[in-house]
Amino acid sequence: MELKRIVKFEVERDPAFARWITQNPGGERIRHCLQCGLCSASCPLSLWMDYTPRRLMHLSREGFKEEVLSSYTIWLCTSCYACAVECPKGIKVTDLMYALKARAIQEHFYPKRFAIPELAREFSRMILGWGRITESRLVMRVFFKTALGRMIGLSHLGLRLLRTGRLRWAREKVSRQIEIIGLLQDVAATRKELAR
Amino acid sequence: MKYTYYPGCSLKGTGRAYEESLLAVFHALGVALEELDDWNCCGATTYMSYDEVQSYALAARNLSLAKKTGRDLMAPCAACYLGLHKTQNYVRDYPWIGHIVEHALTVIGYSTDLSVRIRHPLDILLNDVGLAAIKAKVVHPLNGLKVATYYGCQLVRPYALFDNQREPTSMDRLLAACGATIVDYPLKTQCCAGSQKGTLPEVGLDRIQRLLAGALRVGAETIATVCPLCQFNLEVFQEQAGNAHPFNLPVLYFTQLLAVAFGTPLKQAGLQRSFVSIEPVLAHREIAYV
Amino acid sequence: MSDTRTPNSALKIGVYVCHCGSNIAGTVDVHAITEYAAGLPDVAVAREYKYMCSDPGQELIRQDINHHGLNRIVVASCSPLMHEPTFRGALLKAGINPYLLQMVNIREHVSWVHTNKQEATAKAKDLVRAAVRRVCLHKPLEKRRVAINPNVLVVGGGIAGIHAALTIANSGKHVYLVERQPTIGGHMAYFDKTFPTLDCAACILTPKMTAVGAHPNITLWTYAEVAAVEGYVGNYKVKVRHKPRYILEELCIGCQECVEACVYKEGRWADEFNMGLSKRKPIYLPFPQAVPQKVLIDPDACIEFKSHRCKKTCVEVCGERKAIDFNQKRWFDEIEVGSIIVCTGFKTFDARRNVYYGYGRHKNVYTALEVERLINASGPTGGNIVLRDGTQPRTAGIIHCVGSRDHNTNRWCSKVCCMYSLKLAHLIRERTGAEVYNFYIDMRTPGKGYEEFYDRLLDEGVHFVRGRVAEVTDWPAHPSEEGKLIIRAEDTLAGFVRRIPVDMVVLSVGLEPQADAREVRRLLNISCSEEGWFLERHPKLAPVSTFTDGVFIAGACQGPKDIPDCVAQAGAAAAEAMALADAKYVELEPYTAHVLEESCSGCKTCLTVCPYSAISFMQETKTARVNEVVCKGCGTCAATCPSASIQQNGFEDGEIFEEVEGLLAYA
Repeated sequence: MELKRIVKFEVERDPAFARWITQNPGGERIRHCLQCGLCSASCPLSLWMDYTPRRLMHLSREGFKEEVLSSYTIWLCTSCYACAVECPKGIKVTDLMYALKARAIQEHFYPKRFAIPELAREFSRMILGWGRITESRLVMRVFFKTALGRMIGLSHLGLRLLRTGRLRWAREKVSRQIEIIGLLQDVAATRKELAR
Repeated sequence: MKYTYYPGCSLKGTGRAYEESLLAVFHALGVALEELDDWNCCGATTYMSYDEVQSYALAARNLSLAKKTGRDLMAPCAACYLGLHKTQNYVRDYPWIGHIVEHALTVIGYSTDLSVRIRHPLDILLNDVGLAAIKAKVVHPLNGLKVATYYGCQLVRPYALFDNQREPTSMDRLLAACGATIVDYPLKTQCCAGSQKGTLPEVGLDRIQRLLAGALRVGAETIATVCPLCQFNLEVFQEQAGNAHPFNLPVLYFTQLLAVAFGTPLKQAGLQRSFVSIEPVLAHREIAYV
Repeated sequence: MSDTRTPNSALKIGVYVCHCGSNIAGTVDVHAITEYAAGLPDVAVAREYKYMCSDPGQELIRQDINHHGLNRIVVASCSPLMHEPTFRGALLKAGINPYLLQMVNIREHVSWVHTNKQEATAKAKDLVRAAVRRVCLHKPLEKRRVAINPNVLVVGGGIAGIHAALTIANSGKHVYLVERQPTIGGHMAYFDKTFPTLDCAACILTPKMTAVGAHPNITLWTYAEVAAVEGYVGNYKVKVRHKPRYILEELCIGCQECVEACVYKEGRWADEFNMGLSKRKPIYLPFPQAVPQKVLIDPDACIEFKSHRCKKTCVEVCGERKAIDFNQKRWFDEIEVGSIIVCTGFKTFDARRNVYYGYGRHKNVYTALEVERLINASGPTGGNIVLRDGTQPRTAGIIHCVGSRDHNTNRWCSKVCCMYSLKLAHLIRERTGAEVYNFYIDMRTPGKGYEEFYDRLLDEGVHFVRGRVAEVTDWPAHPSEEGKLIIRAEDTLAGFVRRIPVDMVVLSVGLEPQADAREVRRLLNISCSEEGWFLERHPKLAPVSTFTDGVFIAGACQGPKDIPDCVAQAGAAAAEAMALADAKYVELEPYTAHVLEESCSGCKTCLTVCPYSAISFMQETKTARVNEVVCKGCGTCAATCPSASIQQNGFEDGEIFEEVEGLLAYA
């Protein structure tokens, strides 16, 4: 048997991370979490999670950044808002999941070629480039990067989508793309300033 | 009655049938729709996972544009509907978000007035057009067609503005007015797992199987949806989900069922784009269609 | 420092500045203030002392009054809330009116909040100067005495009301006990056993109920409500509305032959006492141990009321007693009491509001009260815990916190549910041998013997799953779940989600204020907290008093609580009421407002702003009049009056202006 000795010292906590989560929109009430587990029980995806949403909330507010950002939980969340609506303390768990996802993507806390962050990155690239998503092209790019084999396996579906006119190659785009670029760049700039 | 129409990226691609049937139904009811000029992607759930505040900024551009049109904004896609509402609320409730977003809008020369009324077609059909007007347009009643109305998540959570959050009935009432029988489908607001079928296939497939099995269990002959991703999941992957026992359950947009009831030609209702055809069921129920 | 007031030789003011040990003297130069005060106009004597409130300190004041003929006193010390009564007492003992005193707070307002000695001393001097000017205008005032009617009205006949009524009645005073239901007993009458002793609820309740019914000092009015309350402490006039039972109470002997003889051979209407789990006839006795033991007729069910053509076998069988009267109308009684004790209790959370728990949708989902009736030997199933189809459950799940600790429904913890859930777990297991699961978030067992009761349950093999339940569903996800109700919760202690199939689900519903609590509180002129419970005067030190003198609250209407606490509060309220009655009169502070009728224009603005409804409009003179007994001296009317026609004793315009002038008079 592979033994592991686990004890968590206070210095291992990341208080900045804990503070960050409470300051996130939706996290104002996280200190009120009673650990009742209603979020986990309402969540349709919790059955697959390594840390249930409830556990993740507690780990987050205590500042155990590494455990939180490397969990499967944040990637499994589909933002169905069931937890946020049911939470008896009004904690917007979904919003916190979004924040954790974004942070994990920023800090590259995920295995190589993991589809979900790759999807997020490709999505954002397409927006920056064209302002709208052309589904067919997006799916191709993500599959190419992460699961080429599976894509080939689903090719018959792809063909059928083509036949029924649901897969369009024509590029969807915004004519005043410069506005989109300007918008996104300004947001990044203002945020940098505020961080200072 | 005229509305500004925000299609969103999916309605131009995999959700094409939604747009087609929606336009046909609204046209039949004499409600004018004008597509929002130069709309951009709302960010949906994916951009929100990448960068929340940029996501709000993207949605805000659409709101600013829509406000200028002076008309209510209709967003049929559930994710767009939620995203636009969330943006409106968060820009107002979190001053720092509002500051960043408004700054960005100003920089590109846009008004920061985001107070356009964001509506969903279900809301418009029920509350503005009214059941009486809809009933009047029905030429091929749905003859008790057993429909499982599937609302999914984002239309009712977290903002349930025109319907009950846990037991929504707006789609039920609309389709019942056209002669359908709505079956009691307890999974009507359970998540379809969104994009997980693509990224985490076994998880996605499991959810899809449950939803389809559930619908069959309550005797549904078809599922009616409001979200392009739900529709995609339940229909396109149905074969994979069915495995040894195919489900053979047509999954349509509620607007497609309305279109059938209104006597809209098949092509205009986008029915030829279905993977599981509704035609056998219509024939079985002796519902004439064009 | 200039002071433009003209000295008045008739006034002789004594100023006393207290060191309060080092509390004041540590930050304020007491000596300097005393010297300064001595130099103010009309100040005959100015002294400082270490502890003015002590006996020698008070003696100082008394002696000066006698030797120097002082007729106004200023004491610069702590807050009036601390020692105003003390110094007033000193003045009284010395033979002058106690309201010729003005206190200056140089402790809480100066030495305790400032650090700079110079500035603090300057401030204290300003305050003393202001007080010296003000006190000149003080008039002698007299406390009013109001006689107290020793009768007491108890509203609500649950365990709290019953206990309060018996306690007071045993002291020889007369009690009117008014109960809205046709019988007393309240919620406790529904229970089978009570925690933690598992005493039979009826066995400990019914003797008290009978005692109430038989007590010579208690007038018991059931099926009656308070319709109107007028008056003030010691002198309340209450109108009680009696609902018609269509039975003449004095003649009915409770034999129930009429019920037996009713044309309906079987019950058809939901039996309220059995929570709708059984049916009753239009004529019925609420429950076998009802007090008073009289039947009543439900006019919505009885044929006679609908068609006037019933055979009336009930009347026939009643025979010579002639106790049934279909023409009975509601009637009123007017009573005079000195105090009112409100014991109107609670209602349970409507479980239908938690849609995902399936109450009303799945037939074998019950509320806790329904299960109490199943367990009770005189309940709808004779004490057999069975499902809707009559079979015994082999597994049961008890869900805690339904409608409690939830910002979507009720934020508070209902205090009793953990204990009663444990009790139900025990009883279900004992009676049926079923596997029982309790789904809880925290196990709240703080009372005497409560944690020990929990220990007992832990021994009995009940499963405890710590997790708030998300849903109760009848859709199986596994062959073992077919035909069952499945409870889905995260077992937070284990760290994963569990699905537990059970035959029976029990929802431990929380407690809420009565549906009409807000209307009732207006009737009685008391307040409600934000959540709707009746508001106590102080949560720690005055839990059974309200801000309305003479009206007390006791039991669950003040907040969720168990039976021991209800009884304790009832006893406390009874003691307060008896103290009031035995004091025979109550003295009211004279800081009341009065209307200067000559200048009152009759605009009625003051009537609308008085929070105590103490002002009325006199039709004859077309002016307002303040009821000085109800008036609490809040000053709102005086401030509101557009023509300054309302003055408040002790806070007349002149007095306030003088104080302000005194503060502002600086060089």
